[in-house]
Amino acid sequence: MQKITSKDFFWVFLRSNFHAGSFNFERMHALGFCFQMVPIIKRLYEGEERKKAMKRHLEFFNTHPYAGAPIVGITAAMEEQRANGQDISDSVINGIKVGMMGPLAGVGDPIFWGTLRPLTAALGASLALSGSIGGPLLFFLFYNVVRIVVRWYGLKYGYAKGTDIVKDLAGNKLQKLTEGAAILGLFVMGALVNKWTSVNIPVVVSQVTMQNGKIATTTIQTILDQLMPGLIPLLLTFVCMHLLKKNVNAIWIIFGLFAIGIVGFWLGILK
Amino acid sequence: MELGVLQLIAIFIVSCIAGMEGMAEEFQMHRPLLACTLIGFILGDLTTGIIIGGTLEMIALGWMNIGAAVSPDSALAAVISTILVIAGHQSIGAGIAIAIPLAAAGQVLGILCRTLTVFFQHKADDYAEEGNLRGIDVCHFGAMGIQALRVAIPSILVAMYVGTGAMQAMLNAIPPVITGGLQVAGGFIVVVGYAMVINMMKAPYLMPIFFLGFVFAAFTNFNLVAFGVIGLVIATVYIQLNPKYNQNHAFAAVAGTVSDDELD
Repeated sequence: MQKITSKDFFWVFLRSNFHAGSFNFERMHALGFCFQMVPIIKRLYEGEERKKAMKRHLEFFNTHPYAGAPIVGITAAMEEQRANGQDISDSVINGIKVGMMGPLAGVGDPIFWGTLRPLTAALGASLALSGSIGGPLLFFLFYNVVRIVVRWYGLKYGYAKGTDIVKDLAGNKLQKLTEGAAILGLFVMGALVNKWTSVNIPVVVSQVTMQNGKIATTTIQTILDQLMPGLIPLLLTFVCMHLLKKNVNAIWIIFGLFAIGIVGFWLGILK
Repeated sequence: MELGVLQLIAIFIVSCIAGMEGMAEEFQMHRPLLACTLIGFILGDLTTGIIIGGTLEMIALGWMNIGAAVSPDSALAAVISTILVIAGHQSIGAGIAIAIPLAAAGQVLGILCRTLTVFFQHKADDYAEEGNLRGIDVCHFGAMGIQALRVAIPSILVAMYVGTGAMQAMLNAIPPVITGGLQVAGGFIVVVGYAMVINMMKAPYLMPIFFLGFVFAAFTNFNLVAFGVIGLVIATVYIQLNPKYNQNHAFAAVAGTVSDDELD
């Protein structure tokens, strides 16, 4: 009976922190996946079987790096059963991997790239703008604690549940989590669009001398702010969303906004 | 400012880590908030590094690698712009202005490197034929090495020549209308990142929540922590009350009462 030890498991966890580092356009995370499986393959197989196992895990793979951690766990569990004589074919192992990478990437992208990172980074950045070291520290600690917990328990969960996890995926637990993350993310994005942007159009509309001798100046910006602060950034956000949906490269949009900034500054309509 | 050998070595190491992280995206050392801070520390001006990091981080908020898509290179932009601001004595506005074209150039370099690393994938196939597990490790770290050099080589070149007269003359030749305009644009360029995040959620039916956040921010002085907490509460209540998630519950409750009756 060949058994994966807890030490092997810990090495897999350490290696998983480099999951996507060797990304390539041909098979994406394939090399990274095989790299994580090395301690498991070493423990379970020798000779021809080892070569076969290595080839098996050099097949195309691509998912969200941390949300995909349970897949590594399940694969480890399946390999262990296979090494102990159970009839699990290559295509079953590959089928589980391929079948899970899509749904887990679908959960991981909005939760990590869409919510956790923008939230913690914006929080850190808002502190950093005043030069406080707390900004970068908060971002680093907050993000990485969550990431490491997800990685470790994802791996353990996948290994413990094995192929039963497919049933869990079919339930609405993940859907709840994804939808909840989207709500939190969108709420904070709304606040960011309003508050963590600045547009000032200092074009004077009217100047009135008050009775006490003070001059009250009305600019386009003061009129807009009376309606609702942050209207221009809101408009720009929708323009950007539209352009991005049309597959315009973000860098070109940024250059375009830069051009608007320069021309506006030069003409004196932006400050 | 001429940089010492130790500083150059430290910049090389930090930019290697930032380059690898740009691909792996684990510890987030490629994010401007962390990379700029470290470079600022090396160059002896931590505070400026942190401020550039915070400014660039907001611009880069939505930059992410999804599937095969390559994002603009936040690592390259962060490292080089911090060197230019601190060691090249530029304004933060000018630093940001230089960072954006760098991110675009880095995106092209990123595509090139992801193609180069196909070599290691094939090399790994050869090692699999031999059953050589150590070979897999070599290939994986080899590919990561390419990503490290992607950022480290351009960064170290800039760091070596930042003190020279030619580089200074080039930086000083940027007209003030450009730096001023870029500073103004910095105030609203962040919306591109916000738009990227909103789009990736793929939940147009949840846009009312976005507007709620917008109006809340417009008329209150809450900070981001408060918005985070309120957002979390809304998310929890939405999930709890959503009939979509409560069908099973309702059914279980009905079934429960029926079985209770039977017991009576």
